[in-house]
Amino acid sequence: MKAAYLKTTALALAMSVATTGIALADKANDTLRVAYTKELENVDSYFNSSREGVVLQRAVWDGLIYRDPITNEYKGNLATSWEWIDDKTLELKLREGVTFHNGDAFDADDVVATVNFVAKEESGVKTQRNVNWMETAEKVDDYTVRIKTKEVFPAAIEFLSGPVSMYPAEYYAEVGPSGMGLKPVGTGPYKVVEVIPGQKFVLEKNENYHDSPKGQPSIGKVEIRTIPDVNTQIAELFSGSLDLIWQVPADQAEKLAAMGDQFVVTNESTMRVGYLSMDAAGRSSMDPNPFQDIKVRQAVNYAIDRNALVDNLLKGKSKVVWTPCFPSQFGCDQNVTEYPYDPAKAKELLAEAGYPDGFETEFYAYRDRDYAEAISSYLNAVGIKTDFKMLQYSALRELNMKGEVPLSFQTWGSYSINDASAMVSQFFKHGSLDTTRDDQVLEWLDVADQSNDPAKRIEYYSKALTRIADEAYWAPMFSYNTNYVMNTDVEYTPTADEVLRFTTMSWK
Amino acid sequence: MLPFILKRLGLAGLVAFTVSFISFSLLFLSGDPAAALAGETASGEDIEAIRRLYGFDRPMLVQYGEWLFQALRGNFGESYYFKLPVSSLIADRLSVTMTLGVCGITFALLTAVPLGVAAAIRPNSIIDRVALFLSVAGQAMPSFWFGLILIVLFGIKLRWLPPSGASTWQHFIMPTIVLGYYAMPAIMRLTRAGMLEVLNSDYIRTARAKGAGEGRVLFKHALRNAIIPVVSLAAVQMGFMLGGSIVVESIFALHGAGYLAWESIARNDLPTVQALILIFSMFYIIFTFLADVLNAWLDPRMRSS
Repeated sequence: MKAAYLKTTALALAMSVATTGIALADKANDTLRVAYTKELENVDSYFNSSREGVVLQRAVWDGLIYRDPITNEYKGNLATSWEWIDDKTLELKLREGVTFHNGDAFDADDVVATVNFVAKEESGVKTQRNVNWMETAEKVDDYTVRIKTKEVFPAAIEFLSGPVSMYPAEYYAEVGPSGMGLKPVGTGPYKVVEVIPGQKFVLEKNENYHDSPKGQPSIGKVEIRTIPDVNTQIAELFSGSLDLIWQVPADQAEKLAAMGDQFVVTNESTMRVGYLSMDAAGRSSMDPNPFQDIKVRQAVNYAIDRNALVDNLLKGKSKVVWTPCFPSQFGCDQNVTEYPYDPAKAKELLAEAGYPDGFETEFYAYRDRDYAEAISSYLNAVGIKTDFKMLQYSALRELNMKGEVPLSFQTWGSYSINDASAMVSQFFKHGSLDTTRDDQVLEWLDVADQSNDPAKRIEYYSKALTRIADEAYWAPMFSYNTNYVMNTDVEYTPTADEVLRFTTMSWK
Repeated sequence: MLPFILKRLGLAGLVAFTVSFISFSLLFLSGDPAAALAGETASGEDIEAIRRLYGFDRPMLVQYGEWLFQALRGNFGESYYFKLPVSSLIADRLSVTMTLGVCGITFALLTAVPLGVAAAIRPNSIIDRVALFLSVAGQAMPSFWFGLILIVLFGIKLRWLPPSGASTWQHFIMPTIVLGYYAMPAIMRLTRAGMLEVLNSDYIRTARAKGAGEGRVLFKHALRNAIIPVVSLAAVQMGFMLGGSIVVESIFALHGAGYLAWESIARNDLPTVQALILIFSMFYIIFTFLADVLNAWLDPRMRSS
């Protein structure tokens, strides 16, 4: 607490003195300088699972398909057209005349090699879900490939326009993931000229970039440095040696915005959803387990003032969410039961469930301690006494998978995949993280996940989401947002998926 | 001298073994390495796949045995997180930390010893008061706060120094001051106390009586004796700086070994943490050994015992 206070004081001091200086962007050198907060593990996009990695992935590589982040329309990128020739086979025509940064020509062999490598479990791709729906790829001719899926998988198009990017076959076979991480080669709008693992990445405009829906890069050079302390990032911004930072905490973004025309502060929503997960399946050692009772779960839902959390803590473009998916995701029906803030009703429901004096429960969280503590105090107010425990992410995950967590505050970012299956199907299909284990929900989600008919998918996701809300299996809370702070020389409109797109940035 | 060194080496081996075993067990207790490795976006099934792939499903002792066997052959393996050989990863980060540590301790010694001596010559004088004030301030100020204040002053207001990074020597000035200032108070107080005690001893009076100059009395006779505990302390401080400069490395975005260790623990990156802990414990052993040798040189009585 004291540390946080001192930090804020230091920052306030920084701001008061810094107004005298004028921040100068490196526009003259055509170099955009960006800060990362986290050390990126490996630039090879199949071997990292972080936001920072996605940003580089979109700059250095291309997918076969592209989803316009604003209209959500699918457009051809490395493929020009595609068609399901049967339930599990997607045939794609490839773009001709595309070359990788090392000069290799792009053709069907690259697609086949990339898909066949990443789809194999032994290859060790870090985020298996992004690739394990693919069985194999086959070459039909130099510019036609077929990708076979393991099951019927309608979200294939979304995955092919997101995390699945195409690698140069010969180069990748030679250097592997470690080599690709140190000297990345792709077809993307920016090529990598320098990598210091975890610390620094320098990108340069790809002058021969093909006619891609991503658009042509405008800024010549992008220099990314990892600066773990957000106060230091702000100091660098003041001193003019950074042009863009993001994920700036709400309170600091407000202060920076209040400084007038020195910086441009933009807020945009992200796909991350925060929620309370309850042990409805009764897997934990709590006995009796109150969360098996629907009235208790509804009481938890009624007990929390989500609007107050959004208005006072998350701020920006965060919204109250009532579904276990992000509203923009395909199939994420918003027409479900809502539980407005009503502590009296919550108490009533608890009494009906046989807990007139409330009960005591362990309550876990792994990030955003302030949000979790606020939630905790709402629960305490209606009589649910929480024994709050903040754990490292990996430790909580382990407990969760063993089913030992009665109540926890969790979040999920869906890996920026704009399909409900990326969230609801991850948690309600009886996997190790499913705290509810509802057979009916499982059945409906299976239909929705495996149908190629969009109308049918919408219908079954809606059924499942309605039941999840009626049963109050979770208490979905809110969506997250992020603050971007830019130098006034930089022109950029962030998108709602928290992916920085250097191609859409330019100098004013 | 040889038995002394051999005994030291044997001890170093035992310490390394114990430390590595404890750290390995603690990491296993602290959280699921597979979950940490898979990252926040992974599903339960991803984590299972990684657990099988890396062999985390085997008993801990088997995994430790395997690590030990490889480590004894000089192979520290590949970082789970960075997918790079641990040895090259650490070599890269260690140079930053070593530079910072050496600069930090030099700064601390160069300011603390003269101040301590000056304070001891004139106890309760204005110099003594200033030295006391500086040391209290050094102990009381959290280093992240002091670091930010320096950044505000020299990085933003005056624009003399770059706020963060490690590319030029100018980048090391502020981190050196922050790190060194933190180690300074203890060294200074110890120097002052040692000097005060020595200056009141009989042989100093004798030295003065036989007509030795004040400089000779202070530096040849007094300081040489008073400095002995300071050498031991500085050695420990140096070990601490190399392993514990996490805050300074993080604020100034230096990406040294301390920050790497801290982050690797959070990421359950076993091979990296194991290698770093081994190196850090070796540092402590080497520095205390060097301090003992230096003390033996300063004080002939220690050589015989």
